[in-house]
Amino acid sequence: MSEQVRERETRRLDRVVVRFAGDSGDGMQLTGEQFTSETATFGNDLSTLPDFPAEIRAPAGTPAGVSGFQLHFSDHDILTPGDAPDVLVAMNPAALKANLKDLPPGANLIVNTDAFTGGNLKKAGYATDPLTDGTLDPYLVHRVPLTSMTINAVHAAEGTGSAVNKKEAERAKNMFALGLMSWLYHRPTEGTVGFLEKKFAKRPEIAAANIAAFRAGFNYGETTESFTVTYEVAPARMRSGTYRRITGNLALSYGLIAAGELTGLPVFLGSYPITPASDILHELSKHKRFGVRTFQAEDEIAGIGAALGASFGGSLGITTTSGPGVALKSETIGLAVSLELPLVIVDIQRGGPSTGLPTKTEQADLLQAMFGRNGEAPVPIVAPRSPGDCFDAAVEAARLATKYRTPVFLLSDGYLANGSEPWLLPRREELPDLTVAFTTEPNHTGPKGPEFWPYLRDPETLARPWAVPGTPGLEHRIGGIEKSDGQGNISYDPANHDRMVRLRAAKVAGIANDIPPLEVEDPSGQARVLVLGWGSTYGPIAAGCRRVRAKGLHVAQAHLRHLNPFPANTGEILRSYDKVLIPEMNLGQLRTLIRAEFLVDAIGYNQVRGLPFKAAELAGVLEDVINQ
Amino acid sequence: MTVTTNHTGISNRLLDLVPAAPAQQSRKDFTSDQEVRWCPGCGDYAILATVQGFLPELGVARENIAFISGIGCSSRFPYYLQTYGMHSIHGRAPAIATGLATSRPDLSVWVVTGDGDALSIGGNHLLHALRRNVNLKILMFNNRIYGLTKGQYSPTSEVGKITKSTPFGSLDRPYNPVSLAIGAEATFVGRSIDSDRAHLTSVLRAAAEHPGTAFVEIFQNCNIFNDGAFDTLKDRSSRDDVTLKLAHGEPLVFGAEGDKAIRRADDGSLEVVPAGSPGVLVHDATATDPSQSFALSRLTGDTHGVTPIGIFRDVDAPTYDEALNTQISDARARQGEGDLMSLISGGETWTID
Repeated sequence: MSEQVRERETRRLDRVVVRFAGDSGDGMQLTGEQFTSETATFGNDLSTLPDFPAEIRAPAGTPAGVSGFQLHFSDHDILTPGDAPDVLVAMNPAALKANLKDLPPGANLIVNTDAFTGGNLKKAGYATDPLTDGTLDPYLVHRVPLTSMTINAVHAAEGTGSAVNKKEAERAKNMFALGLMSWLYHRPTEGTVGFLEKKFAKRPEIAAANIAAFRAGFNYGETTESFTVTYEVAPARMRSGTYRRITGNLALSYGLIAAGELTGLPVFLGSYPITPASDILHELSKHKRFGVRTFQAEDEIAGIGAALGASFGGSLGITTTSGPGVALKSETIGLAVSLELPLVIVDIQRGGPSTGLPTKTEQADLLQAMFGRNGEAPVPIVAPRSPGDCFDAAVEAARLATKYRTPVFLLSDGYLANGSEPWLLPRREELPDLTVAFTTEPNHTGPKGPEFWPYLRDPETLARPWAVPGTPGLEHRIGGIEKSDGQGNISYDPANHDRMVRLRAAKVAGIANDIPPLEVEDPSGQARVLVLGWGSTYGPIAAGCRRVRAKGLHVAQAHLRHLNPFPANTGEILRSYDKVLIPEMNLGQLRTLIRAEFLVDAIGYNQVRGLPFKAAELAGVLEDVINQ
Repeated sequence: MTVTTNHTGISNRLLDLVPAAPAQQSRKDFTSDQEVRWCPGCGDYAILATVQGFLPELGVARENIAFISGIGCSSRFPYYLQTYGMHSIHGRAPAIATGLATSRPDLSVWVVTGDGDALSIGGNHLLHALRRNVNLKILMFNNRIYGLTKGQYSPTSEVGKITKSTPFGSLDRPYNPVSLAIGAEATFVGRSIDSDRAHLTSVLRAAAEHPGTAFVEIFQNCNIFNDGAFDTLKDRSSRDDVTLKLAHGEPLVFGAEGDKAIRRADDGSLEVVPAGSPGVLVHDATATDPSQSFALSRLTGDTHGVTPIGIFRDVDAPTYDEALNTQISDARARQGEGDLMSLISGGETWTID
């Protein structure tokens, strides 16, 4: 630490967007996560966007291998991870090259000058050194020899220097960057020190090296003359209650465990690893004490097959996957429609078609979920709107599945899965009672006495009885062949098939009466344009609406959580506006459904770049539609 | 659920988890009210009668038995049994049954499948069920033809088979299902014949007594599309000379006069020699190493003039479902039952007043 601590200006900001970028082996995700954790502890509202390549270690030093993490934090409630960074940390030339286009002039840029070697510049595709050729003139550049300072700091640290080699010391450079950023934004640091001690508990010398690098980064900020200003963002005024930071996949995992407890059914997850859904399998596999059974199957088909088999036995059967996996599971989903057994199919959507963009987000599986099966095979669809909302959406999917004895799609996406936000913890008494009652008695009297008819429906919900193996007297056989209405025996009768197809459709359509009506937000009450969305676009759409309203324009927003069936009042709402705009991260899938169902000539705004919409972008589109 | 030991001779550590039948059951108790719709003369009738006759021997409550099938003629089987059953989709029965058996240790779960269902479209699921050793009894009816789709060659049809889809003869080499199962390290592998009720019953009994996956190939005649495929094994005049009935602990001797035997050839494979020759092998179904069982499975009518039937392999090993359920009970014993609210409020939290 320097003897002289200079007086510096501390500037108060209402919100900041920071981005860490480096090689995919540089630990940028961990750095971003930890900065986010400090920020959450401080009490800001926040939203994060990790962005990483599909390859575990893409070619080092190339733009293709760059991994980034963006965090937006504020003193008020925010809806998106931010459009453009106010500060970019670039760990090497490739990270600079891949991210500079997003950096507005005047923004802070912290570069690791040690990484700007001839070889690295070449790998990044720079003909000349951007540090010296004027490329960086528009920015507030902070040149930090991050690697060498990290190595020096680690080796100077007491008891550490000799215990770690140069390579291990160098790998702590992300913690130096984190320390510097923590200083620049007045973040609390105790959590990070504790985190490092815990993470490297088995290798205390590595923990010490990382802590030394983290502290050195913090102290460097204090002593360098490069930074004349530091920034403060006051805690946000949020609803009272207890919060934690949560990603969509974690919230979704907890929602599934909660659904098991609320329904009283043991959770059975049959799954096959696939990006970006695997974290749900990882998470659920930890919670054996909840009676959660996880089964890593030989393929996607076996994953859903085992889940359906468990549902037949009275478990809450769940399968988790992404779009390519849904394609493989389609036949089994059709079987579940025909068997009328509960099943939750979680699709964490990613860029498609085919393998597409495994680590990037998209909303292009809606029509697959809606129609991707042979025959008339309706399946309810639920979509969360934010990372924390994945919890409630999972509970809702399980509610519909068990109450209506049907497979249900839960359509999240890569952005929600890996993005995070503060989550107001639900209280136990706020969670719904979803207790499931199995059928234990015969439900029909035949010529020879009491009988069990597996397809004799509840007149209100049209759900069939769920009698599980082990129930005496209710032995029955079900299958994918058409069944006679009520009795459930094989039937090829034409009129019966027509009736059964219509009954299954009516059962799913009837859910419209069991879900909340579509709500519209229109603060002025004068809007003539409605913007309609679904899923993860909620944040950017709401942020876009705020921006245009701040300019005195009027716009109404509605967001669908249920996509099949739509809430009962959807048509009425759509028809009460002059124009309906539907932004989607696909080429117009909800728009297709809306036009078909309601004959409303909605306008689409469609982008499939693998990234969420930006608030400014949507604000511009909204203004155009309003002013046209 | 009260569990009492069943009252017959069939028992193993997993079957003991299934509630016993309250009273002696009969074949009639396992016969459903559905009209059986296989072609007249189909081998499936004989298998159905044998299974219905055998199930009372299990001694477990009828409602705790589930039959899961895929698609094909054999897969209609569950409809004709008064147990719980699912007629699912092509090839997927082992996967579906794995979920059921793993989540319900109190059930006796059986899979009925055919050569096309199990070895072609569902080959992957079969391999992995065998590898995991899930507590399933898999009955594979092998008629060496596709029946329900009206007569295309199957993965067990002989090379050169003339069928509707192979008018110039089939090109691909057939699977030997028993070799395949042993190769996948199945813990129980047996083979029997539809028409030999006593033998089939003995194999079913041994399968039921095995804790873990039991794979049973049943030669089954399709009298419409592949009639007579197993005639040499059934014909009274020939069958004893071409059938080796495996019996654990007994010398591998066969023939109408007991005049032929099996021993190991110099290259490690097995060969047929006159009985009384030196080195005749004794059958050991319980050997941990599968080499000899596998070598036995390579004996066929075409190559050696003899087809072994009976129990090839029957070894005790940990089962997947036991291991998974033990992980759960261990976690609960160690950490207590999970508490939802403490789970979701785990990690770093902060409170705003």
